Amino acid sequence: MDFSLMVRVFPFFLEAALVTVQISALALVLGLAAGSLAAAAKLSRSRIIRTIGTVYVSIFRGTPCLIQLFILYFGGPQIGIHLDAFAAGVIGLGLNIGAYMAESIRGAILSVDKGQTEAARTIGFGRAQTMRKVVLPQAARLMIRPLGVNTVALVKGSALVSTISVVELTYTAQRFIGSTYKPFEIFGVAALLYMIIVYAVARVVDLLDRRYALS
Amino acid sequence: MQGLDFSVVTPYLGLLWMGVWWTIVLTVTSSILSFFSGILFAVAVLYAPAVIAYPVRFFMWLFMGTPLLLQLFLIYFGLVQIGIDIPALGAGIIGLGLHFAVYNADILRAGITAVDPGQSEGARSIGFGRWQTLRYVVIPQAVRNTAPPIGNNMIALLKESSLVSVIGIAELVHAAQLAISETFRPFEFYITAAALYYILNLVLEAGLRQVEKKVEVSR
Repeated sequence: MDFSLMVRVFPFFLEAALVTVQISALALVLGLAAGSLAAAAKLSRSRIIRTIGTVYVSIFRGTPCLIQLFILYFGGPQIGIHLDAFAAGVIGLGLNIGAYMAESIRGAILSVDKGQTEAARTIGFGRAQTMRKVVLPQAARLMIRPLGVNTVALVKGSALVSTISVVELTYTAQRFIGSTYKPFEIFGVAALLYMIIVYAVARVVDLLDRRYALS
Repeated sequence: MQGLDFSVVTPYLGLLWMGVWWTIVLTVTSSILSFFSGILFAVAVLYAPAVIAYPVRFFMWLFMGTPLLLQLFLIYFGLVQIGIDIPALGAGIIGLGLHFAVYNADILRAGITAVDPGQSEGARSIGFGRWQTLRYVVIPQAVRNTAPPIGNNMIALLKESSLVSVIGIAELVHAAQLAISETFRPFEFYITAAALYYILNLVLEAGLRQVEKKVEVSR
């Protein structure tokens, strides 16, 4: 192992790690928004809205994220969508993880005991009120862990944007492997930074889950 | 903005078909590798002496915390560096196989622990050895109980197999890229590739449902 090489390249990787964090964080916000909307759509009473939600989730979960990114970034200009690599990365990753988030959110809402809804309706709550004041607060606790798992997957999946030339951790690793021919050392540096991010996210999820879990 | 024209895809259907074929080959071989290595890792973590169990645990921890794409680069360039010169296809299968083996091992470890201890006690008392008990009594039950999540990993593997296009394996994405380099029509070809993945995904899901049903019935 060439440790001096690892030390020398470290500053470049630190900067790249920041890009990985940024792109993951922005995609997370988009993914949560898209996921909530899609979950609401799939639970809607209107058949058309339900279908829209189902089609979105099924298409984005049924095809590779890599292809989704390529369609957006390389195919986009053909249909008038011009995005720089970073924006395409955020939107692509966000819409992809949103489909997974939607299923987690919907699953949590559906696993709240039916008796809760019935009781709320019996004491005169409307449909929206029941959802907002009775079902969602309980579902929120149930979705912490699955949404956390999705977030960890998102951080690791953010490596894909290296293929559309966003200079994040994996892109930087690939470049340095190509120029130094030291794959193990470079992998070590990149892996260290990914692990720090991934296990930090996992720890936060753990703390949230423990704090808000139903005792 | 140029108009979309999906008829440009027609002359390249043969090429895309080859891509589909290689995607299937990759998915099947990597799935088999990830299944059996997954069992091996799970057994190593649970039963092997510390000198084996700890390195395996470290490896699992490392591969669960890093992206598949990065692991593919490590394996593709790393194997060459330590003197093993295998073709890209081999590196791709090993990379996908090991990545998902780690996730399978995590599931199977829980599955093995969840098998009723009475099962192995029973097997031991009728004269099965430790290894025989694992091989014929505990692991088959663990595999059966964990079939749905392991199936989900296979579905994920099918989609993630698209990543090996970056190390130059001529699967579906790579085939689409080849066609794009001649036609400059990324939208049409990537949409077609996405549709093909979607169909493969549906077929795989239907197949796995059948397997799960069979496993359920014979219980």
